Amino acid sequence: MIRMKPVDVVIVGFGWTGAIMGMELSEAGVEVLALERGNYQDTSPDWAYPGIADELAYGIRGKLFQPLARETITIRHAVSDTAVPYRQYGSFLLGNNVGGAGTHWNGQHYRPSPEDLEFRSHIAKRYGEKFMPADMQIQDYGVGYDELEPFLDQFEYVCGTSGRAGNLNGAIQQGGNPFEGVRKRAYPNPPVADTQGARLFADAARALGHQPFPQPASNASQPYTNPYGARLGPCNLCGYCERFGCYMYAKATPQTTILPVLMRRKNFTLRTGSHVTRINLDAGGKRATGVTYVDAQGKEIEQPAELVIVAAFQMHNVRLMLLSGIGKPYDPATGAGVIGKNYAYQMMSSIGLFFDKDTAINPFIGAGAGGSQIVDDFNSDHFDHGPLGFIGGGYIIGGQTGGRPIQQLAVPPGTPAWGAAWKRAAKDSYLHTTFVGTHGSVMAYRDRYLDLDPTYKDAFGQPLLRITFDWHDNEYKMTRYLTERAQEIVARMKPRTTSQTLRKPGDHYDTRQYQTTHTTGGVIQGNDPATSALNRFQQSWDVPNVFVTGASAFPQNLGYNPTGLIGGLTYWSAKAIRETYLKHPGPLVQT
Amino acid sequence: MSNQPRSPSRRGFLRQSLAIAPAVGLLGTSAFAPTQHATAAAQPSAYAPRYFTAPEWEFLQAAVDRLIPANEDGPGALEAGVPEFIDREMEAAYGHGGFWYMQGPFVPDTPSTLGYQLRFTPRDLYRTAIAAIDDWCRKQHDKDFPALAPEVRDEVLHQLEKGGITLEQVPAATFFAQLLQNTKEGYFADPMYGGNRQMGGWKMIGFPGARADYADWIEQPGKVYPLGPVSIRGERQS
Ligand SMILES: Cc1cc2nc3c(=O)[nH]c(=O)nc-3n(C[C@H](O)[C@H](O)[C@H](O)COP(=O)(O)OP(=O)(O)OC[C@H]3O[C@@H](n4cnc5c(N)ncnc54)[C@H](O)[C@@H]3O)c2cc1C
Repeated sequence: MIRMKPVDVVIVGFGWTGAIMGMELSEAGVEVLALERGNYQDTSPDWAYPGIADELAYGIRGKLFQPLARETITIRHAVSDTAVPYRQYGSFLLGNNVGGAGTHWNGQHYRPSPEDLEFRSHIAKRYGEKFMPADMQIQDYGVGYDELEPFLDQFEYVCGTSGRAGNLNGAIQQGGNPFEGVRKRAYPNPPVADTQGARLFADAARALGHQPFPQPASNASQPYTNPYGARLGPCNLCGYCERFGCYMYAKATPQTTILPVLMRRKNFTLRTGSHVTRINLDAGGKRATGVTYVDAQGKEIEQPAELVIVAAFQMHNVRLMLLSGIGKPYDPATGAGVIGKNYAYQMMSSIGLFFDKDTAINPFIGAGAGGSQIVDDFNSDHFDHGPLGFIGGGYIIGGQTGGRPIQQLAVPPGTPAWGAAWKRAAKDSYLHTTFVGTHGSVMAYRDRYLDLDPTYKDAFGQPLLRITFDWHDNEYKMTRYLTERAQEIVARMKPRTTSQTLRKPGDHYDTRQYQTTHTTGGVIQGNDPATSALNRFQQSWDVPNVFVTGASAFPQNLGYNPTGLIGGLTYWSAKAIRETYLKHPGPLVQT
Repeated sequence: MSNQPRSPSRRGFLRQSLAIAPAVGLLGTSAFAPTQHATAAAQPSAYAPRYFTAPEWEFLQAAVDRLIPANEDGPGALEAGVPEFIDREMEAAYGHGGFWYMQGPFVPDTPSTLGYQLRFTPRDLYRTAIAAIDDWCRKQHDKDFPALAPEVRDEVLHQLEKGGITLEQVPAATFFAQLLQNTKEGYFADPMYGGNRQMGGWKMIGFPGARADYADWIEQPGKVYPLGPVSIRGERQS
């Protein structure tokens, strides 16, 4: 095996969190190497107009996604089932290449609610321990909102997030989200203008006494230079956002916010075409000595490093920890072990609104995040769950992200899927359709987890990651409650007719329907090595020179999109590494 | 990998794309006659399939013609070039299953919620299913599928959709879902892929295609958008 020159820090995966770590740790003066399995890509030439406006190549065939032919995951609904491969893209999409899923995300950019970070303690205090079903194993993050606030803020300023503050230093702001935690300063940019769907939604929500606000968007509403000196352009609501790179330099991606500066640093190196297969440990198993990767020619290479940052996306992080034998694998029979524990997802519902021909929605005018309106009254613990008998919630969203016709064209309920009637309905509905959706949390349960598949392998012959997941009663109740609230708003909007997607008791997790790529857990953070894999700084309890970034750290899933919290936690962890760990390598939390 | 970022200046990029856009406007569509000849203006029968055999090609045309029939609402799938689109996709990585995880073991009787579990690539699925459907039609109706009257073809397609027909080797509903998905792709994808001729699918619904620039429309929600579609290659329709 080829052995490379040792480095101070090796970063596995170069998406959102890998880029943040690269930037922050190279700033500290150490030698940083990032290994990315995919290719280099940048706004120009890779996503230049008009080539990027290609729904088939990007939106449907998934030009930017991880090629499933080489590596996928397997899925089963219950511990007693046999898992089968996720052979085609459906419910979630995985990133690949420089920038990772951070290049083809939507930019919906949220902070957690303060109670989300200490969820178990909060629920126990407000409703009593018995309010949680026996098999629900929700936990606290080990870091509180006030500690994390400066880092959530830092990530928003790097991204140029566009939005309206709801709670500035404790003062509730008109037109913002009244439920948000205290923020020390406003968003760096004003909100993106509303689409027509969002306007109709917000008017109806206000009439019902809700407090709608513009969705915080990492789609810049105006030209913006971030604290690193990187320049973003204004979003023009082109409609090619999620699943696409942004040709306008408007969506925050590693390419628009970090790479223009980081790639010039002498002590930072990026090596693409480098697929990491494991983290190497010394004989005692308590110290990582670096990583092994396979290069573009298929050669196996050892890369020694003093510090390993695992930044390969939630699922890949879990798999690498299992393949490397770091931390005890989780066992659903006993509830012991930590790696693979508390896998969670999100539960969405959606309502299509079909208006008469005098309502011009122009669905193609849309952005991944900007231009939508949000009602947050039924998220987190913003409302009294006592009489409702479930835990968690989500936000209600109104608006449109684009009107790409292969994927986003909808026809009224009862329309056949083909033939002359379908054609007439497509023609009559397209310009007059918008959507209202709910975006809900999923709790963690004893029988929902990740481990290595006993049968299926990737292109390198390594076992695939196996997901054991299905919905629980708590989530069916949550989604029904939220969807009823959404229906009240929809009724006020007075569409001619509506269609509805709602997951009901008895419906199994359906891997064919896109839901979200907000998969969480598996290498969770917390205060106790018996119940978490990482300490509050995202450092492995077992191997302290390994840090793991990304949504794998979430002990359960929130109702919000994850990346705002992921970025905040990464900056929080980077600061601890820079200011404490690099001076005194070792555990940042004593046990 | 060098450490030099590759992105040229954004301004340079914008200048370039501005220079291209008005030129298209000035020349109008007729300037693109050579490109259109190959794709948009050709007759449905002018394209010679590269993957499908003659009987398969006839099946495909007879089927998509019913999925999106020609009428006053807009072009039918044949006029839109959907068969050409599908044939070209069969020779692309997609048709060869290049985007799918295709390692065994295969467990086809898995619950449908866990997704596609057949060992067929798209091109294999078409080949196997078309033969089986023609076979079934000969047994039931004494004719191949393409020779059936339009109403009978509709009925067969409805049965396939519901999984009401048992075919040898392939679940009928799985094949039907793939055929319908590819048909809609061919109807609405950019015309450079061989379908959506003259952007007829886009024009029918009012989608402006690759315009992807609504800077001046953001502030006027609710107004009817007036411009017709453009394609990635710069063809225009009003
Ligand atoms: C279509 C879509 C829409 C989304 N929209 C939103 C949204 O609106 N809001 C939101 O909050 N979130 C959204 N997300 C989620 C968001 O993209 C992720 O939360 C975020 O990118 C996670 O950052 P990460 O660094 O953990 O992983 P990524 O950004 O995915 O980066 C991981 C990188 O690691 C590389 N890698 C993986 N394995 C290896 C290996 N073995 N060796 C070397 N390299 C490896 C990958 O190629 C990739 O480049 C969306 C995701 C998708 C797919």
